[in-house]
Amino acid sequence: MIGYNILVAVCLAYVALLFAVAFAAERRAKRGALGWLRSPLVYTLSLSIYCTAWTFYGAVGYAVNSGLEFVTIYLGPTLVMVGWWWLLRKLVRIGRSQRITSIADLISSRYGKSNLLGVLVTLLAVIGSTPYIALQLQSVTLSFSVFAGEGRLLADFDTLDSTALAVAAGLTLFTILFGTRTLDANEKHHGVVTAIALEAVVKLFALLAVGVFVVWGVAGGPVDIAQRIAASEIAEWRPAPGRWAGLIFLSAAAFLCLPRMFQVMVVENSDERHVAVASWAFPLYVFLMSLFVIPIAVVGLELLPGGNPDLYVLTVPLSQDRDGLAMLSFLGGFSSATSMVIVAAIALSTMVSNHIVMPIWLHLRRDSASMSGDVRDLVITARRMSIAGVLLLGYLYFHFSGGSTALAAIGLISFAGVVQVLPSLLGGLFWRGASRGGAAAGLVIGFGVWAYTLFLPSFGETFVMTGLMLDAGPFGIDWLRPHALFGLEGMDPVVHSVFWSMLLNSGAFILVSLLAFPGPLERLQGAQFVNVYEHSSSARGWAPGGAEAEDLLIMAQRIIGADEAQALFQREAERQGSAGFLPDTTPDFIETLERELAGSVGAATAHAMVGQITGGASVSVQDLMAVADETAQIMEHTSQLEAQREELFRTARQLREANEKLTAVSIQKDAFLGQISHELRTPMTSIRAFSEILMAGGPMSDADRRRFTRIIHDEAIRLTRLLDDLLDLSVLEAGQVSLNWQEIDLHSVIDRAVAAAGVREARGGMRILRAPDRERESLVTDADRLAQVFINLIANAGKYCDAEQPELRIEVAARDDALRIDFVDNGAGIAKADQSMIFEKFSRLTDNSRAGGAGLGLAICREIIDRLGGSIAYVPGQGGAAFRVMLPRAGMQDAA
Amino acid sequence: MFLERRGYRRRRLTDAARVLPVIGALLLLMPLLWSLAPGRVIGTAGGGIYVFGVWAVLVIAAFVLSRRLPLSGGRGEDGPER
Repeated sequence: MIGYNILVAVCLAYVALLFAVAFAAERRAKRGALGWLRSPLVYTLSLSIYCTAWTFYGAVGYAVNSGLEFVTIYLGPTLVMVGWWWLLRKLVRIGRSQRITSIADLISSRYGKSNLLGVLVTLLAVIGSTPYIALQLQSVTLSFSVFAGEGRLLADFDTLDSTALAVAAGLTLFTILFGTRTLDANEKHHGVVTAIALEAVVKLFALLAVGVFVVWGVAGGPVDIAQRIAASEIAEWRPAPGRWAGLIFLSAAAFLCLPRMFQVMVVENSDERHVAVASWAFPLYVFLMSLFVIPIAVVGLELLPGGNPDLYVLTVPLSQDRDGLAMLSFLGGFSSATSMVIVAAIALSTMVSNHIVMPIWLHLRRDSASMSGDVRDLVITARRMSIAGVLLLGYLYFHFSGGSTALAAIGLISFAGVVQVLPSLLGGLFWRGASRGGAAAGLVIGFGVWAYTLFLPSFGETFVMTGLMLDAGPFGIDWLRPHALFGLEGMDPVVHSVFWSMLLNSGAFILVSLLAFPGPLERLQGAQFVNVYEHSSSARGWAPGGAEAEDLLIMAQRIIGADEAQALFQREAERQGSAGFLPDTTPDFIETLERELAGSVGAATAHAMVGQITGGASVSVQDLMAVADETAQIMEHTSQLEAQREELFRTARQLREANEKLTAVSIQKDAFLGQISHELRTPMTSIRAFSEILMAGGPMSDADRRRFTRIIHDEAIRLTRLLDDLLDLSVLEAGQVSLNWQEIDLHSVIDRAVAAAGVREARGGMRILRAPDRERESLVTDADRLAQVFINLIANAGKYCDAEQPELRIEVAARDDALRIDFVDNGAGIAKADQSMIFEKFSRLTDNSRAGGAGLGLAICREIIDRLGGSIAYVPGQGGAAFRVMLPRAGMQDAA
Repeated sequence: MFLERRGYRRRRLTDAARVLPVIGALLLLMPLLWSLAPGRVIGTAGGGIYVFGVWAVLVIAAFVLSRRLPLSGGRGEDGPER
């Protein structure tokens, strides 16, 4: 029989081994030779802290009481791991990209880095975990008592108590030594993880050893065991639907929400691919852990019918005098308890220091928090105190609860408490509309319902919850009975509590979220969490500018250490393309820094500390709207520029056109001057020549003198006419002409024109064909000017028509508001190439002599008709030269 | 949207990974249906063999899937997540 002293010695040796392993792992990690320290195997084994002393010892006791139901505690996590693609993958990805330090940090960070939620979840976790830690202490002390009391189950309480205290002290020491070596929770605790991986191997090996011994040592193999099961008290299995399904759900939820599970699963995860391996390896582990539970229970019932079933794993080997196996089994139970307590203490201390101590400290030193005092020391001290505090709480719970409650009951109560985080967690991961208010409401209500229906009643009759209240409800209100809320009777208390708390929790969470309007930071974080696969590198955040890089560096040094901080700043500066240690405080940089700091002190605290320096503690809606406004302004500005550019383009084109026109006009003017000189010079030349002949006197006949004088006279007239025409044209072009508007009869105007043109047939001129009836139209115009145009047109026809028997048709067509007068002769007409030229000045198509004019006639005609509000055009294809004059009936005097 | 054979296979594998826990949950809830039958008694041994059998199948299926699934499940392999 193993004595108590040997047991203590073995125990101390085992603890020394754990210290050595943890120490060696830390040293190895420091050298950078991680190797197998970071293998998927170690990751999977570290997950096995799910199997605590409760499952190591308690599963057998559970099986004795409820048969197969104990597997539900493992089936839930199995389903979660097998379904890793849904949830775990996302959780781990978010944990890594947001540098999450704990489940409280995850919730707080998701809902706008809210400190309120961080505190809520931390409190929930501490309250939910304390009984569980007490449970571990209890199971270790109980197992001690088995040896100490030489098989007697309960030693006196004082001995148990002092053992528990010693165990708690030892665990505190280990956890502080290896759990708070580094501040950054994202810097993995290699020592701790390696030690718990070793412990995972020990407990699995121990339980398998006991199982093998039971099946093949005590019983005669699997068939014999099957028969023994059939003959035992637990031969029949009647799965209670509520408990079977409810506990699978509960354990699955707890697996996700337990702070210690979150710590090993998400925070300590170094590679996402490890999750894929753990997806089958962890189910395999718990499969093996539970494989021999029923056989051990059945054999224990046979061998030790009156014994404590919770301790069959120990007492069955002892009863067969297998001291070595019992020792191994004891170490397995010890491992289960210690590994859970260590990780739970680390997880809880991180939460307490980041979400309770740091915010209080920041609040106390509001002005200078970031600039003075060594934050590193403070955080580490806070964490160490928290570890000691958490373990002290566990010990006190054990001390005052008297270590009497059945193990399984406490475990499930604790589970039901921590799963209150589930709605906020799942909602936060998959629903962007989940809001801080909703999460807070759900947590508070779920926690309240849990405390009222399960936690407080679990103490039995106390001053808080009297027996009367338990039986008849508070103040005799029947439907508020803790175990039959709203009249839901006959349900298992745990399932009843989980049902109501989850229902009301989720209900409040969803309802408040639907009604709430989340702040900008919250929405930003929500998008980053829900769409983590879209932007793993983190979406572009926004932080107010104006922070001093130097202040930030000073603060960062105090949190993550001088070397790391300088390296970070240098790296960032380099990335921005500048040398030195001080990068520009761009939003990008601020966000990176904040995330680095969050790895040490949690998102909410890091956000608050950076906020103290950058000025704005949080992004306000106004800030975001200002940014949006700026964007809008820039867009508007851009479109204005665009418009201006087009306008400039248009103006340039107009200018170019105007320039071309000016150039053309300039050429035209030069040509005009040239023409004028030529036209003036020709008559001048002959006038000068003939007047010189006359001045010379010489012998000449009267006839010659008269002829010369006539020529001089003719040429002078021609000059006068030319100058008249030029004057007329310039007056018309300048718009200075005054028109004499009056109502006239078109017929009389044409009569006058035909008479004045001097082309009558009777005088050997051309035939003029008219239709006097159609000419009797009246219109308002300047009769003299119009006659001038007609005379010109008729005279032109007379001059240029080259037909044998020249004819001119004058056709008038009346419309409502305008008159059309066509002058069509039967000559050859005008060549197509010249048609566009004829209304220009000095455009004479044939030789000078025949025309007898300066070529200004049609130009003047066009100007006059323009002034009269009409138009004149050459109409091709009429069998000769055809000019069409269009005149408005009403004239232009109103407009003129 | 047509993917080449490999991409298509990979997508169906992720579908399988999603469906596996659902199938597991249904199978594990089956004993509740058996107990509905009047007068039927399930032995702990038989029930245990069923439960552990389902469990083993889940482990093996998860093993096979984890070997074949894209390891760093990002957007590319998976399409946008909702």
